[in-house]
Amino acid sequence: MMQRLECLRSVYDRLGNCLVVTIMGAVASELQSLGHRPNFFYLQHAMGLASSTGLGLALCLPQQKVVVFDGDGSVLMNLGGFSTLARYRPKNLVHVVFDNESLLSVGGFPTATSTGSDLEGVARASGVPHVKTVRSAEDFVQGFDESIQAGDLSCLVAKVEAVGPKGYVTDLALLENRFQFKRYIEMLKGK
Amino acid sequence: MPVSLANSRVVYEALKKCGIGLVSALPETWLVHLIRMAEDDPQMILVRLAKEEEGVGISAGAHFAGVKSAMLMQNHGFLASINGIVSFAQLYRIPLLMIISYRGHFGERDPWQTQGGSATEPLLRALGIPYTFLDDPAKVEKRIAEAQTWAYASLHPAALLLTRELMWEEA
Repeated sequence: MMQRLECLRSVYDRLGNCLVVTIMGAVASELQSLGHRPNFFYLQHAMGLASSTGLGLALCLPQQKVVVFDGDGSVLMNLGGFSTLARYRPKNLVHVVFDNESLLSVGGFPTATSTGSDLEGVARASGVPHVKTVRSAEDFVQGFDESIQAGDLSCLVAKVEAVGPKGYVTDLALLENRFQFKRYIEMLKGK
Repeated sequence: MPVSLANSRVVYEALKKCGIGLVSALPETWLVHLIRMAEDDPQMILVRLAKEEEGVGISAGAHFAGVKSAMLMQNHGFLASINGIVSFAQLYRIPLLMIISYRGHFGERDPWQTQGGSATEPLLRALGIPYTFLDDPAKVEKRIAEAQTWAYASLHPAALLLTRELMWEEA
């Protein structure tokens, strides 16, 4: 089974021109471990709202690719968010959901995807036009590239192992990240 | 429907004057005209939500993108958004402008609104969110502009309570 860090590493070089929003916990610290960039924003709480943040960015900056790295625990807290994404269908938004069937950072308690809730099915039935589940690193990279090139709202559900880093706190302060991210977008708009 | 069209127009024009380019909304009786005005305005991005808390993320994204926004919601929508307000808008200093219809206060006939009416102001105070009332059409524009100015100066959420006096015309 593939690991999330492997997935992030395999597409890291493709994120240079995207605005990236992640959820808290393992996703945020693993992406930072590969190298923080000013176009990455880590939403270190507010579970469920990473995709909403991506939607706000995508609607306000229609020429800019936006990638959201989400997780099953967060998505399950805002399933209605899929229907809002599908309703506005931003063509520049790629929604990646790492599904480890677990709330890893609080001790690995199983989520409802461990008992059969199918996030691909929920996304599809909510009206997200391009949805795919992948289980291998090769399929992840291919699925990610297809999503970026689709020119349409897409959701990639990546089934990953429930493993993560030892700790989650990094030396990047939340507000430093937030102001740097906003400045980065101002710089992009000024170009 | 005795929701005031004229005063809804006053509120909408005030939002436009403040440079609001995106509103998130979930329909509620007092907001119907406002939502239609946003819908009919080609310059406005209207995001209809499944649940109001999504609006916190959308407004934060808009803020990062340099677009001024407002959340239109009932006070029960504010109640439903509190985690997002605390763990995103307050934690990350987002200047959230919340226009909240103040249902369930004196004059309310719908029994189901009354508990939320009693909880609204104490919760705003507990969260340290400054608020004022939109109760007089002559003062709407000034109050919205001042709330927005404060929200941007402090990088903190601010709330405006739409009152029965402003929004409801007895038939």
